[in-house]
Amino acid sequence: MEKKRLQSHPIINITPRKEVKFKFNGEEMSALEGETISSALFANGIKIFGHHPKDGSPQGIFCANGQCSQCLVLVNNQPLKACMTLVRKDMDVRSCEELPSLPQVKKNPVFKKINEIKTQVLIVGAGPAGLNAALELARLKVKGIIVDDKPELGGKLTLQTHAFFGSIKDCFAGTRGFRIGEKLAEELRKTGKFKIFSNTTAIGIFKDGYVGLLKENKYMLVKPDILLITCGAREKAISFPGCDLPGVYGAGAFQTLVNRDMIKASDKVFIVGGGNVGLIVGYHALQANIDVVGLVEALPEISGYKVHKDKLRRLGVPIWTRHTVRSANGKEKIESITIAEIDEKFKMIEGTEKSFEVDTILISIGLNPINELYEQARKFGMNVFSAGDAEEIAEASAAIFSGKLTGRKIAKELRKNVEIPEEWHKLAEILKSKPGKTTISDVKILEKENVMPVIRCYQEIPCNPCIDACPFNCITIRSGNIMDLPVYEGKCIGCGKCVAICPGLAINLVFLDYDEKKEKSMILVPYELDETMINIDDIVDTMDYEGNPVGKGVIKKIRKHQSMEKRLLVSIEVPYEERFKAASFRIRQDSRQLDNIVELVDDDMIVCRCERVTAREIREAIRSGVTDMNELKSILRTGMGACGGKTCESLIMQIFKSEGIDTSLVTPFTKRPLVAEVPLKAFAGDKK
Amino acid sequence: MNLDVIVIGAGSVGTPTALFLSEAGLKVAVIEKNPSTGQGQNKAAIGGVRATHSDPAKIGIGLKSLEIFSTWKEVYGDDIGWKAGGYSYIAYREQEVSLLKKLLKIQKEFGLEIEWLDKKDLLSYIPYLNPVNLLGGTLSIKDGQVSPLKASSSFARQAIRKGVKFFYNEEVVEILHNEHKINGVRTNKGDYFCETVVNAAGADASIVMKSIGLEIPIFPESHEAGISCPLAHFLKPLIVDLREGPEGKTSNFYFGQNDEGAIIFCYTPEPSIQGIDRDCTSEFLPVIARRLIDVIPSLAYMPVRRVWRGLYPMTPDGIPIAGREGNWEGLYILAGMCGQGFMLGPGFGKEITAQITNGKPVLEPEISKAFSINRDFSSQVEALK
Repeated sequence: MEKKRLQSHPIINITPRKEVKFKFNGEEMSALEGETISSALFANGIKIFGHHPKDGSPQGIFCANGQCSQCLVLVNNQPLKACMTLVRKDMDVRSCEELPSLPQVKKNPVFKKINEIKTQVLIVGAGPAGLNAALELARLKVKGIIVDDKPELGGKLTLQTHAFFGSIKDCFAGTRGFRIGEKLAEELRKTGKFKIFSNTTAIGIFKDGYVGLLKENKYMLVKPDILLITCGAREKAISFPGCDLPGVYGAGAFQTLVNRDMIKASDKVFIVGGGNVGLIVGYHALQANIDVVGLVEALPEISGYKVHKDKLRRLGVPIWTRHTVRSANGKEKIESITIAEIDEKFKMIEGTEKSFEVDTILISIGLNPINELYEQARKFGMNVFSAGDAEEIAEASAAIFSGKLTGRKIAKELRKNVEIPEEWHKLAEILKSKPGKTTISDVKILEKENVMPVIRCYQEIPCNPCIDACPFNCITIRSGNIMDLPVYEGKCIGCGKCVAICPGLAINLVFLDYDEKKEKSMILVPYELDETMINIDDIVDTMDYEGNPVGKGVIKKIRKHQSMEKRLLVSIEVPYEERFKAASFRIRQDSRQLDNIVELVDDDMIVCRCERVTAREIREAIRSGVTDMNELKSILRTGMGACGGKTCESLIMQIFKSEGIDTSLVTPFTKRPLVAEVPLKAFAGDKK
Repeated sequence: MNLDVIVIGAGSVGTPTALFLSEAGLKVAVIEKNPSTGQGQNKAAIGGVRATHSDPAKIGIGLKSLEIFSTWKEVYGDDIGWKAGGYSYIAYREQEVSLLKKLLKIQKEFGLEIEWLDKKDLLSYIPYLNPVNLLGGTLSIKDGQVSPLKASSSFARQAIRKGVKFFYNEEVVEILHNEHKINGVRTNKGDYFCETVVNAAGADASIVMKSIGLEIPIFPESHEAGISCPLAHFLKPLIVDLREGPEGKTSNFYFGQNDEGAIIFCYTPEPSIQGIDRDCTSEFLPVIARRLIDVIPSLAYMPVRRVWRGLYPMTPDGIPIAGREGNWEGLYILAGMCGQGFMLGPGFGKEITAQITNGKPVLEPEISKAFSINRDFSSQVEALK
């Protein structure tokens, strides 16, 4: 069987790991030590982990985050989540084909006491916000515990190969996400103030002020004086025919498979949603040599950063705005996607359908805060804070700063003698800003310049590493406001630092003196994909900064730059008249539409994935007078499954809305512990 | 609106009662403070349905309920998740053996189909039971399980079909009366007039009566429960273990596998948790986990999905209150179900309908006196509450 592992990656170093053998449905397979069962199965080309006991529909990876139980497999006869269970030598893994049976146990059980721990501060989630809060507290000599459900600290930072926006001083702008995660984790370890529990999930908060933690199958109860919830966000779901096929999953799940576990999860992906997450995941896919066939966005404009969009377009990825996904097509797996144009009311326009061959569809239509724990703690009157995406959805750079700020707030609450500078609040708000207006300006050529940067940073976003990078301070933001656009003010020496550091890959150098005859010019272009794809003397198709074809260029030089790990700076010779037009070169050709539009078998769609409830059934129930989500539960079992309504609740609300019902009158689901399924033995103190 | 009866509460008891009243030809309305049916304690019930009680009156009502639940699909067409398989009271100590065997006699006398199984027979019926120290147990094979969620929505659906009007998000604030004769209810939204009111307000039953100064001795207690993910069927009966827990925090505990395959479990806290707080505490899972695994070691591997708490509206003697209030004409109380409202609801619905319409009662009048609100609550205590 073909191995679906990445052998190299342009940004991430792949550390060799020991191979272990395990069995899947009786067949021997190899995995890498320390990886999850789900990744091991993907690496062996297996994407179907079982079939739903209700209707036999294929099941596979969906959240890859321990939240949904869609990836349930039998491990030595025990039902476990493939995405959270590490593969071990000689494990007997079986697909879940019907309701799981429990193993027969002959031995009389032995129980151990559940550990109860008291602490000053408990932080749930060691991502950008949690780590920074912990660091801030540690600096102020506050002790605590920080937990994270993954093996590595850093949260979603560990999955981000791109350089961060924001400012260098406040949130490590210009450093790659996973490096920020490593740095923060390392710093926190050095302080020695926080106990770090990795592979630890907070599964519930209880009335008596205890937080239930599951640490590698061992259950413990922690009672903190102050609780900080920084467990980030979860992806919003979307329903369309075929949305429940294995192969439709969130951008976060994809990043986990590809950037954490180095799995070549797909050959051809399609992306639904053009926010930053969708745009970035497209770039990540290309870095892993996975083709991105296209991206659709329902709004007339991409909502993510323009630089992210431009970067993707320049590489040759088509982006359709005012389009949506009509269906994922295929029986057991995705064979194609059909997209269609939509009108102002978001209704599909007949006759505009296009089908493309793909094997994976990534959903990135937005994020929702993971705030159940916070809400519950607040209800129980605990002293609780939240920060980062768990508090409010924004960029990771905002989460970094929000963590630091909240760390201070908690220190104050603990009567530490510290103040929170007024500007911190302002900066926290600025970092959370959505992109502002776009002002495109022509390239201004200053006199007597031999070389100059062309900065295609036309949209107001909170970012400024370029002004710090330039050794001669040639690039400035005149207002001093990080949201404003940087301008070049002359005296460039052509060092390329700005090209190397710009997180948006939006800066080129143009060497004006390259050819005295003024027939040719040289441009310096940043490049972060597979380096074996480019060679000296290659002729490339040049693109303008927004991804429109320009002409041809020749690669003359490829070099590294110390300012940015693993980013290549590529010198391309272009015709003189194209020197300000060409910004980069494409790496993929146009996506070919299938000759025929794939026929839609049934326009109904799954809304509640766990209980296999469709939009049609929900609509009928609503039309019969249901306005209480809990009543819907009784009738259809929506939200009764393993995920506890995390995926379907907002989808059902949308259906209520589309049926003309005032959603403020709809009673929401009642939420109860646990936040994820846990084997009973953990509570009995049995850790085996 | 021309009404014959108003039922207060669209829960486990009120909803089937409303249905049966309307089937008897009466015009019925149900007032419910929650947004839909079964949103009080009904949805907290674990769904066990048994006639295995120690009190003759409860056995009678339980048998009636069982008849209604087990034939529901045939009669009404709706699937309510009925699962036959019985109830088994298991015994690991001599004291339970003697208690259960003693009760067996009365239970049989009052029409309950119940047998004593020795260790071997019990293990062949429940193969996953921990055999160490197991002495045997009872099996009342006609008992079973039902989905409270499905049942309550089906009760309501059928009642609506028969013409019952449901008023949700509406709370009864006053009982309207002329001297000692009932003539309606006042809610936060308006007045409704009728000559008969059935108070089936569950844990709120005594609050609803405050406006007429009637004291009903109901004291809600809180019990916690949980459910697993659906598993392949391996457990036929609902199991009750009468032992007090080794940790000193529980008296009996019980669990079963429902029609969907999920293991649903609950214990009786010791000492009891008084009040109406329904928020979960950290104590439940570690305690119940030990008890469950102790009885069925395989349950160690079952994924727990959710926990919750529900209220047991207790009476001083552990026996429900059902029937006409002696001093108020037209007032019927169906409350204080002591955590058994779901399993007794339909039976009581039939009984109260017969009382209101002078139809054929479920119980001999002499026996139904056990439920009288005007009884002496201090005399006896239900052994299998």
